[in-house]
Amino acid sequence: MDFRDSPEEAAFRERLRDWLGGVAGKYPTSGDEYWARQGEWHAELYRAGFFGLSWPKEYGGQELPPVYDVILDEELAIAGSPPRPSLGYLIQGLGHHASPELCRRFLPGMIDGSQRWCQGFSEPGAGSDLASLTTTATPDGDDYVIHGHKIWTSYSDVADWCLVLARTDPEAPRHKGISAFVLSMKQPGVEQRPLEMMSGVTTEFGQVLFDGARVPADQMVGAPGEGWKLAMTVVGHEREPSTLGYAARYGKLVRQLAARTEGVIPDDLAWAAVQAEMLRLHVRRRLSEQLDGVTHGPQGSLDKLLMTWVDQSVGHAALAVAGTGDQEMFGSYLYSRAQSVMGGTSQIQKNIIAARILGLGA
Amino acid sequence: MDVRLTSEQRQLRDAAAKLADELGPGSVLDLADSKRRTRLEDAVSGTGFRELRSDGASGVEVALVAQEFARGLVDVPFLGPVLADDLQGRLDGDTGLWTVADTGIAIDAAGCDRVLRLDGTELFAGPVGDAVAGADLTRLAAAAGGPWESRGDISDGHRDRWRALALTATCADLVGVARGAQRLAVEYAKVRAQYGNTIGSYQAVGHLLAESEALIEGSISVLWHAAWAVDELDPPEALRAARIAKIYTARAARTVCETAVQVHGGIGNTWECLAHVYLRRALVSTELFPVRLEEAGLGLS
Ligand SMILES: Cc1cc2nc3c(=O)[nH]c(=O)nc-3n(C[C@H](O)[C@H](O)[C@H](O)COP(=O)(O)OP(=O)(O)OC[C@H]3O[C@@H](n4cnc5c(N)ncnc54)[C@H](O)[C@@H]3O)c2cc1C
Repeated sequence: MDFRDSPEEAAFRERLRDWLGGVAGKYPTSGDEYWARQGEWHAELYRAGFFGLSWPKEYGGQELPPVYDVILDEELAIAGSPPRPSLGYLIQGLGHHASPELCRRFLPGMIDGSQRWCQGFSEPGAGSDLASLTTTATPDGDDYVIHGHKIWTSYSDVADWCLVLARTDPEAPRHKGISAFVLSMKQPGVEQRPLEMMSGVTTEFGQVLFDGARVPADQMVGAPGEGWKLAMTVVGHEREPSTLGYAARYGKLVRQLAARTEGVIPDDLAWAAVQAEMLRLHVRRRLSEQLDGVTHGPQGSLDKLLMTWVDQSVGHAALAVAGTGDQEMFGSYLYSRAQSVMGGTSQIQKNIIAARILGLGA
Repeated sequence: MDVRLTSEQRQLRDAAAKLADELGPGSVLDLADSKRRTRLEDAVSGTGFRELRSDGASGVEVALVAQEFARGLVDVPFLGPVLADDLQGRLDGDTGLWTVADTGIAIDAAGCDRVLRLDGTELFAGPVGDAVAGADLTRLAAAAGGPWESRGDISDGHRDRWRALALTATCADLVGVARGAQRLAVEYAKVRAQYGNTIGSYQAVGHLLAESEALIEGSISVLWHAAWAVDELDPPEALRAARIAKIYTARAARTVCETAVQVHGGIGNTWECLAHVYLRRALVSTELFPVRLEEAGLGLS
């Protein structure tokens, strides 16, 4: 057991730190400006050799152990740089389920940041109950034609591509009639409507309406009817703190808040500090388990729940210290409310833990 | 960084778990079974677990044993003797069982003859006095009022490391207790039926137990770091790691144990249900070498 960096890890951290010193302050870290320039940031990180660390070399990654992602996240937070774009779950989804041709075609652009992606799963009538989705994909010659309505689609305004779930077989049982596609967002029949978050940010996510958008049949990911499997891979990875890249930011926020307090640290902040430290260590433990080839199934729900608690307790600490008048801190409080909804709500995580980890079936 | 247990550590943990499962009290009635306790005492004293530190074992190993013993509600001393062993090592020709004193009370003192106390860096030895009534049904507290004889000084570093070890060992106890209570509650939720279904199938119950499970996972992560830090970081840093772990694991364990009581309904509030035995042990481990929430804020800004 060693919580310290190995010599290779320390050297990597050093190089990264130097590089980050040179780009300090160049990119906004929050609000609309952050989202507007996230693509540029992604590409710059990649060009410098600091993105795609744990992903396959074949597609532009470096195949380093996943603990390098932790170092990246930590140093980004320490330097006050924006977090790395969270794409791990889409990459895992395609990597596990797409044909080698599709992987070769799409993963490099996804990893190097030259093409932007969004995830079109949720619909107005199908959120937690994703399998009830009603967007349809109907074969027409060599294409499928898509009709439907997606919502809460992060980055939909800037995305070139969407990993979309649609029903291809209305007769099949709900989970079996769904297929996944890689669909171009830049084509007729795709309309993007911005949504404003409660924080006032308007570029984070949107609604996407498909009205006869065409997708070539060879851009189906996996076989017809196998979209649900892909969805489960994607949401599984979306629930690991290690792929979310937020963990390190909580410690940073806590220290910023502490710097603003005079005298005794308020209880809310002290408790947030303890939890942020817990999460930092938890991520290390989980990533170390991956060195044994352990892939996290339902365990990801435990991690997501822990991360949500930490995020929201840091949010409460921000309120306790900075109140509602400070834009940045109030923004981080408001954003923390989304953590218990996105990627599956806390209630859904608890359902999964209760049923699949504890065996408390209905 | 590689935060995995070694295979030797896993073996040690499994050995401690097996002993606890076989000879620990499986029910409240078992607590009064002196034959079982004597067998447990013989087994524990034969393992060398109490002399882990003078055998060169790390904080992680002490924590692994402490955790499994708490999970199995082991009701013969471990924490006290292992902390005494860290302070003075094995004494030639001494056959007595030693424990340590925290705030004037000899902790975990059942069957112990002698107690060690630190005053600054000076070490004092004295007799173990009469039992003191306490909440914990598995570990006994006793008076430690002297007379004291000086055993000389230990270094500042040793003193701080010892304190980090003491805190960490109580954290391990808390994690173990939480795991034991959670297990009890989950098993009960699978068999107790109301309205024609097992209670675990209701979200109101399932969600409580899911929250407990997440708290336990977080607790394990902070505990491992604190336990590793005992020997691998500078004493002040080791102490800081231990304080953070103590605050997190204490809050988590109390919630998990209270949830276990709740999930048992009326039965959970009776003396015969083991849930309160876990809760009591958790509360006492929280009070041993206590850490206040404010202390987590120290060194933040
Ligand atoms: C910031 C943000 C970004 C997002 N990004 C994306 C994205 O990029 N792509 C995408 O596809 N989606 C995205 N989402 C959508 C997100 O996945 C859904 O909002 C989420 O799954 C919940 O679905 P819903 O909003 O329809 O709520 P509902 O499912 O209607 O839930 C409402 C409430 O009921 C509870 N509930 C529902 N079912 C159950 C049940 N079975 N048991 C107990 N409680 C239940 C929920 O916990 C919740 O509290 C994003 C959401 C947010 C907030």
